[in-house]
Amino acid sequence: MKFSIQVNEGPYTHQASDTAYNFTRAALEGGHEIYRVFFYHDGVNNGTRMTTPPQDDRNIVNRWSELSKEYDLDLVLCVAAAQRRGIVDEDEAKRHGKSGDNVAEGFRISGLGQLIDAGINSDRLISFGD
Amino acid sequence: MSETKKFMYLNRRAPYGTIYALEGLEVVLIGAAFEQDVSMAFMDDGVFQLTKGQDTSDSDMKNFSPTYNALGDYEVNKIYVEQESMDDRGLTLDDLQHLVWEDEDEDYAKKPSIRVVSRQVMADLLEEQDVILNY
Repeated sequence: MKFSIQVNEGPYTHQASDTAYNFTRAALEGGHEIYRVFFYHDGVNNGTRMTTPPQDDRNIVNRWSELSKEYDLDLVLCVAAAQRRGIVDEDEAKRHGKSGDNVAEGFRISGLGQLIDAGINSDRLISFGD
Repeated sequence: MSETKKFMYLNRRAPYGTIYALEGLEVVLIGAAFEQDVSMAFMDDGVFQLTKGQDTSDSDMKNFSPTYNALGDYEVNKIYVEQESMDDRGLTLDDLQHLVWEDEDEDYAKKPSIRVVSRQVMADLLEEQDVILNY
């Protein structure tokens, strides 16, 4: 089956991103296709490479990046939600005169249309959050 | 993209206090460009999103309630509100904004977009959808 995943909460505060990751990984290992993972609301905070958790805990951001590399996953951060929360890629940083960018490897910033497109082109769109 | 899917935007939270309602509405406006079979549903505290006379001046939150008036222009004209959720909160249809859309097949007659439905009908509507985005 072809799934898309929506992650609506940030890392660590909420389990949504962990559960989404476990689901995504299990689906891929089970031979299913993940069309896209879309990060919205505070979920965009899953895509900053500045995240530095204690060494004895899981690194939620790196885990997504590694899964993306392993399976060529499309990880999309909503641009409007990301801008509100200080998540910028190189282009956005330049455009808004910010001194640095912070998007983690494997993630890209794009518009909400990518979420609707995921709903249209997947058999199931599954949301993780409250 | 061969066929049209039934998309429902489900709103269950109060308009202020969290950003879910505002960012949820942004998805609806962007999604309108994709020409799918779109509806919105409001239940639980989500019914407060549609109330008229919202004033956020004391809290410094952005009052985005006028945006709901634009939904008709985006051809989002099926807006379901759950009766039981309104009853529980002492609200009636008169407390909500009068949202309309223009029917081009009837000389652009203005028609109401809001339909108050029972919890049972709401359950049936949810069952019919291909995609539900819950905010």
